Amino acid sequence: MSQIHHVSLDQHQHQHQQQHQQAGQYNQICTRSSSGSCAEGPEPSCPAHRTRTPRRKWQVFPGRNRFYCGGRIMMARQTGVFYLTLVLILLTSGLFFTFDCPFLASNLTPAIPAVGGVLFVFVMGMLFRASFTDPGVLPRATPDEAADLERQIDSAGCSRPPPRTREVLINGQTVKLKYCFTCKIFRPPRASHCSLCDNCVERFDHHCPWVGNCVGRRNYRFFYLFILSLSFLTIFIFAFVITHVILRSNRTGFLSALKDSPASVLEVVVCFFSVWSIVGLSGFHTYLISSNQTTNEDIKGSWSTKRGKDNFNPYSYGNILTNCCAALCGPLPPSLIDRRGLIQSDTPQTVSQSNGTGGGSYASTQLHSHMCDQDQCIQSTKFVLQAAATPLLHADPVVLAPLPGKTVTMGGPCAYLAPSQPSLPSCGGDVLALRDAAADSHCHHHLHHHHHHHHHHFVSPEETPCGTPQGVLPCPAHLHLHPHLPVPSPAALYDPASQDALHEDSVRGLVKLSSV
Amino acid sequence: MATEFHNLQELRHSASLVTKVFIQRDYSEGTVCRFLTKFPSELDNRIERTLLEETVKTLNSYYVEAEKIGGQSYLEGCLACATAYIIFLCMETRYEKVLKKISGYIREQNEKIYAPRGLLLTDPIERGMRVLEVSVFEDRGSGSSSPSSSTSSAGSSAR
Repeated sequence: MSQIHHVSLDQHQHQHQQQHQQAGQYNQICTRSSSGSCAEGPEPSCPAHRTRTPRRKWQVFPGRNRFYCGGRIMMARQTGVFYLTLVLILLTSGLFFTFDCPFLASNLTPAIPAVGGVLFVFVMGMLFRASFTDPGVLPRATPDEAADLERQIDSAGCSRPPPRTREVLINGQTVKLKYCFTCKIFRPPRASHCSLCDNCVERFDHHCPWVGNCVGRRNYRFFYLFILSLSFLTIFIFAFVITHVILRSNRTGFLSALKDSPASVLEVVVCFFSVWSIVGLSGFHTYLISSNQTTNEDIKGSWSTKRGKDNFNPYSYGNILTNCCAALCGPLPPSLIDRRGLIQSDTPQTVSQSNGTGGGSYASTQLHSHMCDQDQCIQSTKFVLQAAATPLLHADPVVLAPLPGKTVTMGGPCAYLAPSQPSLPSCGGDVLALRDAAADSHCHHHLHHHHHHHHHHFVSPEETPCGTPQGVLPCPAHLHLHPHLPVPSPAALYDPASQDALHEDSVRGLVKLSSV
Repeated sequence: MATEFHNLQELRHSASLVTKVFIQRDYSEGTVCRFLTKFPSELDNRIERTLLEETVKTLNSYYVEAEKIGGQSYLEGCLACATAYIIFLCMETRYEKVLKKISGYIREQNEKIYAPRGLLLTDPIERGMRVLEVSVFEDRGSGSSSPSSSTSSAGSSAR
């Protein structure tokens, strides 16, 4: 071990031929340095076989979002309620324009359909803007940044476990910054992690299923203008439909008026039930905007004076008008996730490799793993979580059945420097044991690789793509396991697409658990 | 002292990355993007204090300019709102203009000041505006045995 150790010290990432003979040893060095120092080599020197079509970053985005139009449109995964919103607005307005507007235009004034049309276009425009833009997602930390934070946390706290909060003074008010275990960052003030989208969102307001997106720093104004203009549109339609019915009933009587335009009845019903909630909501958000708060802060009562006499909102400009202008007309911040950017060639999925049996090729993947993009890392983390959760749901003989709590720790505090962590999550150990038994028939070399695989895959999520050269699959590492392990339901582990819904649910449960 | 590098390309090709230093955000004045001007001790004999401070201060002033709430931003915001934000399809916001200026400034500073010292700044926008990343490079030969590399890796493996 040690006689090769010093050789590896002198080695550089670019000398693969030598490493072929000592892949096992090389692993050790890289595991050690995985916390950052040599983690990202300046150049990908491995003989990487590039995939033919360059992939964009949205395709490997770690959050649970949907992207359309080549990444230009970004929404939450669940969009069902968004379509309901769309149908309700389109149906009500459509009925109003086809059945009421001709009568009103000829009997009152043609300005009614014109104003209605402008309002309708504005509402739809704001709805689409709120739904389709990036709400202000904070990209997850790169492995280096996370390792740096980890070092800081460890050096700062001598107690066990080290504190994962940080206190900052903002305009004279102490604000606690929490560490996000998923994104591996200290959440900036006002940011919060959306459990549905699995992203940290800047100035997080809430996750709105009606617009099918989170509402945050970048789309709050669109959301506000949407509900404000929608409440005007609803009141407008409600008022003029009633006018229409009254005018008709003056001529022909109430009942025959209803008989003549049955659509009006439906519109009145829809408007009557929706107007209260919409107007109430826009009133609430007007209050929030004028005091420069987010829904999240208001619900938590972060700045409520009940918490303490000297508690105040440090973000407020102290003036209702300025607060409103800042929220609605302030500068529009840029998107921090470069969705349409091309993935650099030093990401692991560009390497294609046979099956980890050849020492040399393994060394190269190992190397590449350190140059990995955080995106893939997190995706694989998610998959590990999913895989871990599946047996829970299936109640099958368990291979990777950690307790929910354990699963959380997996992505949790000890994630980064896992190989040298004193406490390994039990699941990692379980699989290791199984693994060793199953791989008995293989040469020592091979065994060693797999051993390392497991360290990486189940203990430290960042390391997950280590053995994932194929990359096209969400977690091809499990393919390595496949031939050896007595997996109860292989499909559940290897085909995330087929069980997507099930997995989503289980992961959501885990995420919720982790936030408790 | 670090080896001399004359341009970025040369630096990237002929040197190996030793460590990365992260300059964190300063939230003391609200959520406006600002970076701490405190000098990181890891860069102690790499670069003069004043040079880095100057860069960080200039960056901070650019971000203040980008996020300033005043007449121009109100005008822009109201105009955009009146056109249902369609105008942004054909117009650049002021924020975007400043961001271009910032990336140009960082490139220039890298060429002039940082690359010759074996350092490299990364535009904060590529790191989610959370950190200002300074990559420290070292000449190939001495890369793996440099003190900073061994301390950082030793520090991490101790855990």
